[in-house]
Order: sequence, then C-alpha cells, then structure tokens
Amino acid sequence: MNTTHLLSLIIFAPLFGAAVNWLVGRRLRNERFIGIIACASVGISTILGFYFAFKPDGALRSTAPVMDHLWTWIQVGTFRADFGLAMDRLSGIYVLFITFVGFLIHVFATGYMHGDPGYYRFFAYLNLFMFAMLTLVLGDNFLLMFVGWEGVGLCSYLLIGYYLDKEEAAPAAKKAFIANRVGDWGFVMGILLLFWMTSGAGAPSISFFDKPGLTSALATVAKMPVDAFAWHTIFAGGITSIAVLLFIGATGKSAQIPLFVWLPDAMAGPTPVSALIHAATMVTAGVYMVVRCSAIFTHAPTAMFIVAIIGAATALFAATIGLAQNDIKKVLAYSTISQLGYMFLACGVGAFIAAIFHVMTHAFFKAQLFLGSGSVIHGMHHEQDMRRMGNLRKYLPVTWLTMCAGWLAICGVPIWAGFFSKDEILWRVWVGGSSLPAGAAKALWFIGIVTALLTAIYMTRLMVMTFWGSERFGQAHDAHAESHADDHHAVTPHESPLSMTVPLIVLAILSTVGGLVGVPYAISSITGGHPENYFEQTLAPVVSSLPAVNNPEVTGSSNLHLLSPAPQPTDGKPAIAPVGEAPGAATAHETPSPQELNEERLLALVSVLIALSGIGAGWFMFQRQPVRTMPQLLENKYYVDEIYDAAIIQPIKVGSREGLWKIFDVGVIDGIIHTIGGAVVKFGRTIRYMQIGFVRAYAAIILAGALIIIGYFAYTGAHVLRYFVR
Amino acid sequence: MVPQLSWYLALSAVLFTIGVVGVMIKRNVIAMFMCIELMLNAVNLTFVSFSSFFRDTTGQLFVFIVMTVAAAEAAVGLGIIIAIFRNRESLDVDDESTLKL
Repeated sequence: MNTTHLLSLIIFAPLFGAAVNWLVGRRLRNERFIGIIACASVGISTILGFYFAFKPDGALRSTAPVMDHLWTWIQVGTFRADFGLAMDRLSGIYVLFITFVGFLIHVFATGYMHGDPGYYRFFAYLNLFMFAMLTLVLGDNFLLMFVGWEGVGLCSYLLIGYYLDKEEAAPAAKKAFIANRVGDWGFVMGILLLFWMTSGAGAPSISFFDKPGLTSALATVAKMPVDAFAWHTIFAGGITSIAVLLFIGATGKSAQIPLFVWLPDAMAGPTPVSALIHAATMVTAGVYMVVRCSAIFTHAPTAMFIVAIIGAATALFAATIGLAQNDIKKVLAYSTISQLGYMFLACGVGAFIAAIFHVMTHAFFKAQLFLGSGSVIHGMHHEQDMRRMGNLRKYLPVTWLTMCAGWLAICGVPIWAGFFSKDEILWRVWVGGSSLPAGAAKALWFIGIVTALLTAIYMTRLMVMTFWGSERFGQAHDAHAESHADDHHAVTPHESPLSMTVPLIVLAILSTVGGLVGVPYAISSITGGHPENYFEQTLAPVVSSLPAVNNPEVTGSSNLHLLSPAPQPTDGKPAIAPVGEAPGAATAHETPSPQELNEERLLALVSVLIALSGIGAGWFMFQRQPVRTMPQLLENKYYVDEIYDAAIIQPIKVGSREGLWKIFDVGVIDGIIHTIGGAVVKFGRTIRYMQIGFVRAYAAIILAGALIIIGYFAYTGAHVLRYFVR
Repeated sequence: MVPQLSWYLALSAVLFTIGVVGVMIKRNVIAMFMCIELMLNAVNLTFVSFSSFFRDTTGQLFVFIVMTVAAAEAAVGLGIIIAIFRNRESLDVDDESTLKL
C-alpha cells in the first residue's frame, strides 16, 4: 500500500474552488476571475489524477491502490468508517475521465455561460459537483461513497434548477431529487444489510479495501458461497438481497427503469451541466457502484439476471423514445439512458470491464455530443427544437465536424470509440455469463442489437435534422413571429468562441481514438502487433468475474471462493492465488479458441452492418423529410410520466390530502391536542370559582382539606392513635 | 389528682377549635389574626405536653421554631393589615374580595 496525503488534494482542490467562487466570486462578479478559479481547481485535480494514475507505482501501474487515510470518521463498537481515499485501477480510470472531461466542460462553460448573471453561482456549483463526484469515486468505503453519492445528487438538483426564471427547471430539479431519494433508500438498505452480514461473518466492515484493523467487506463476501439462482433469494436477506438493494440505488442515480424519468427533465439545466453530470459522470456512478461491488454481484446470480434484464429493457425502451423527440437535448438524454442500459446489461452478464470501457468511451462521445448540442443551442440563440434548425453545417462548421465524430462513435462505426466498447458488450452478452438462464443470453443480445440499430437511426436523425437539409430557422417563426418577436427575431446562427470549440475538438479526437485502449483480442489479432487488450488487463485484477462454466459439479462450495477474485489487494501481491489448478476456473487471459475468435469477429461484422444500415436508414428517412411526424406514443414517451402521475403521484397526493391531512392530521393529531387543551380550559373554568377572594372561604376550604386528611388517617391508622390514648 | 396527658390534649383541642371557629366567623382582620395565633399556641401546648410526657426535648425545640415563625408572621401580617387599612379605611375581610388594592 502506498499512502500519500497529496491524493486528498484531488477532491479538495475543486471544493476550494467552489468556496472561492462562492465567497469571493460573488462579490467580484468578474467572469475572467471566476472562470480561471474554476478551471484551475479542476485542472489541479486533473494533473494530480494523471500523476497518481501513471506514476511508476501509481494506481494503474501497480496492483496496490494509492491510499490516503485522512481521519477515522466514525468508530462505534465494531463499526468503523474512515474518511479515507483510495485510488485503485477502477477508481483511477474513473478519476482520469472525470477530471479530464470535467476540465474540458469547465472550459466550455466559461464560453457558454458568458453574460449569465449567475456566473459565479454556476461555477461554484460545478466545482462542488466535481468535489462530490471525486469523493464518490475515491471514497474507500460505502459510507464515504454515499456522501459523494448524495453530494452529486445535491449538485445535480442545484444545477438542474439553475435557471431560476425558467418555469420547468424547479419541478425538474425536484423530480430528480425525489427519484434519486427512492434509489438512495435501496442503497442505504444495501449498505446496512452488508454490514449486518459481514458482522455475522465475523469481520464487520463496510470498507472496499483491506486496511490496518479493517477487513474489506467485499473480500468477506467473496469468501461466501454463491447464492442459488432463485427468485426467493431476493427477499432472503442474503447476498442477493444486498445486490438487488444496491442495484435499486443504481437505478436511481443511473436513470434505469423504473426511476429513469428524472433524466430527460434534467435537461432543463444548462447544457454543460447536461454534458458533465447527466451524461459523462454522475449518471455513470451507478455503474461504478455495481462494478465496485462486483464481488457481491457475482455471488448473486439472480440479481445479475435482474440487472441484465433491466439494462436491456431500459436500453431498448429509451432508444425508441429517443427516435421521436424533437428537442435536441431530449434526444441525447434518452440516448444517455439507453447507453446506460447497455452498461448495466454488460454488468448483468458479468462483463464488468466492458461496462467500464463503455462508461469511458461514452463519457467522451456523449460529452462531445452534449457540448456540440450546447454549441448549436448557443449559436441558435437558445433554440433547442430541431424542427427549427437545419443546414447548420454552413454556419457552425467546427461544431458540425466534431459532432460527426461523436455521432459515428455512438453509432458504433469501426475505429471510433463507441464501436469497440459497444461491440465488446454485445459479444459478452452473446456469450452470456453463467448467471443467465439458458437462452436468455441470445434474447438479450437481440435486444442489444436492435437498440444499436435504433441508436444509429435516431442519432442520424438528430444530425440530419440539425446539420443537413433546409434552413428552417428563418421561416419557421413566421407563423408566430409576432408573439415572440423580441426573443427570436433575426436568428443568424454563429459559430461558438474558441473556449467552446477547443473542448469540442479535444473530445472529438478522444471519441475517435479513445476506444483504441481496449481493442478486443479478436480484432487486434487480425493485424498482429500488440494483441493485448490493455483496458481489460488493467481492470482484470480489481473486478470479480463469474465462473466460466455453469457446471453444477464445479460450482460446489469447494472452489467457489477462487472464482471470485478478492477485490482489493493492498499489499502489492495479486488479489488471489493463481487458479490454474482449480477445475473450471475462469482464466481471463487464456487465449480463446479459433472458433470463438471467428464467432466474435462475425458478430463484430454484424454490429458494424447494423450500425451502417441504421445510419443509412436514418439518412434516407430524414434527409428528404426532416420534420417527419413520429408516432404519438413515442413522442409522448409512452406516457410514462402520465402513468406515474396517475399511479403513484396522484394516489399519494389524494391519500395525503384526504387521508393523512383531513383525517389523520385534523382528526387524530389536532383532535388529541384540542381535546387536551379543551379539558384544561374546562377544568380551569370549573375551579375558577374557588378563587373568589373571600378570605373566610379559603379558610373553610383549608379546614375541609385538613379534616379530610385527619379523617383519612383516623380511619386507616386508628391503631396509631390508640398508642397515644392510654 | 395528677394531671394526665389527655387533659392537656383536650385543652389544646378546645383552644384550636376556638381558633378555627374564630377564623371562620370573624370578619375583623385583627380578630382573625388573633385566632390564628391562638391555633398556633394550641399546637405549641400539644408539643410541650408530648415533650414532657415522652421525656424528649425535641417537642420543645419545635415550639421555639413555631414561636419564631409566629413572630415573623405577626410582623408581616400586621404590616399588611396596616397597608390595607390605609387604603380602604376598613378592617372587614369581606370587603377585600377583589384581590387587588
């Protein structure tokens, strides 16, 4: 374990930036000062992040995480939670792209938010978000992760509701906050159950890592037997319950069915926020958590299956909605939900590394697309409706070219980043994990490939509607030109300033080449050269894998602990002993057989064809007729919001108003209070007549009282008196 | 005929009852005050009787305390009576039923 206090600067630099901008920036109101503080603080994090990841004994180059124990936070009995940071290979990769993409988006935002009265507030929130997100990723135990988890939720709320004068912003912010609360319930319950379970196993802990005096909770779980595949295990309170509860937390943060409804509405926030929080970083926190807890999930095949189903369903569902949206940011929002579904699908089949790979490439190309859309919106004077765009490549050439890179990446065209990660996921789904029941893998793969087709179509539609075709921003307003003559007249799109185009270009390059770090063996071996998959090799030691074969004889309890590598080695040695001698054990680095390679190559070819046909279909459908009427069902998002409103919100509202308020609050609570108060008043009215002011009446009362007391003692204690009277 | 304890107690009871009845029926504040003193002294008589009977000085100690309190009470009580008389020119307690000056 190598320890350094410098690691904490990664999280505290943005916090400091937030404080400076909030306290000093609000007085100075100097955009240059605020922008420099905000970007520099994130820049420090970026530099430190890269340093700790790539230095000789850094997080990505040795198996030992870089750790920083700041202080022991909570110590109650056997429970201990540290305020400690740890950067291992998984969190290292997250830190790299969070800080780097975050830095680019900060730079972009200095241009995008130019002239906004809340400039200091925006950057204070954005820096605070970076602090929370990095705390989430670097926290070395569940509780600190939860602090970051709630922190990013808070910043998300603040930034969605950033435009105080925008009507839909405040409800959208509340919706995001409340939907996340539902998920957080699951997360907290999962943590509690995990602590309870590790206590039962004799090593109470909620830490991710082995530390002095603390055993990793994940290692404890990894030593336990795998839960059976059965639905009732969800409610049994065992590992499966923990996994399902944690996944509920992930559905909230990562916008999966059923809690995805907040993410499209979150687009009410400024576009850099959508890019940073609601596409690149925060929404992938759920994937991070699931992968971090891969030791738990690999021991809960039922939960894995649920994750895979929810992921696949979300991917398809959101992609179909994305087809019919007209707001450029809404399309990207549903696209994000869909891609997050892919990531969970990968997690569900045990392809945790592929999921993280997709998180990373998605961070590049989705941030690129969102910033590109931000550039379009900026250039169009805050017009977001794609029906009023068209032929913008003439006016915004840089934005157009860079967005093309993001477009090709998300569609999965070879060489561009999305191809490798998406193809990896689809291949791993096709192979299936041992967690899946027979046949499910192929069905999930089919959903995945349909989603890929839909993705290519709706992204092509977005590009075509925005950048090709006829210019619709002039005449589209004629109909109601009078009504918004003030804010919309004379729309001449203009290219964005350098502070916005440079991040676009950098992200476009990353979207193009970012996938090359994880070229799968099947493809890289065609050309020879370096057939290693660097990405997979980097992450393999920190991620648990499923048993390779679902063989009932092998999955006995004897060697199960070998199948799930203990997650977090801290002493520099490999997490587990080599498993070669264990029959049926997963050997990740084994060279696959030629048939498998050919199958993988064939599937890659299929997904390329699917992507190209999707692009082609989108092109021919929308090139001629960009403003095509889409199915009402899709345009209205399957009426999910309306269904939730009718099924959940209205019953709660009515129940609260009619039941809790009018019956319980008014009847019971107020009833008790009023009854007590009324009784006191009545009693007072009654005994008021004793205080009439006549001294002799008081004397009479005293006498009466004395007589009663004497009488009582005389009656009950006559034998005492008898003692005196001889 | 040697005086018995019960004689003293009977005398004390009689004195106490006179005091109680006096407080109940008298309207004059001074008279009521004297009746209260009478009750206190009836109790004092009981104390000394028992003290003598039990050969125990504790009862006599109590008498001293009661006398001290009675003296203090007389001082305060008479002060109040004078204050009331100056304001109302009357010593009838039934006139003082408004509970204020």
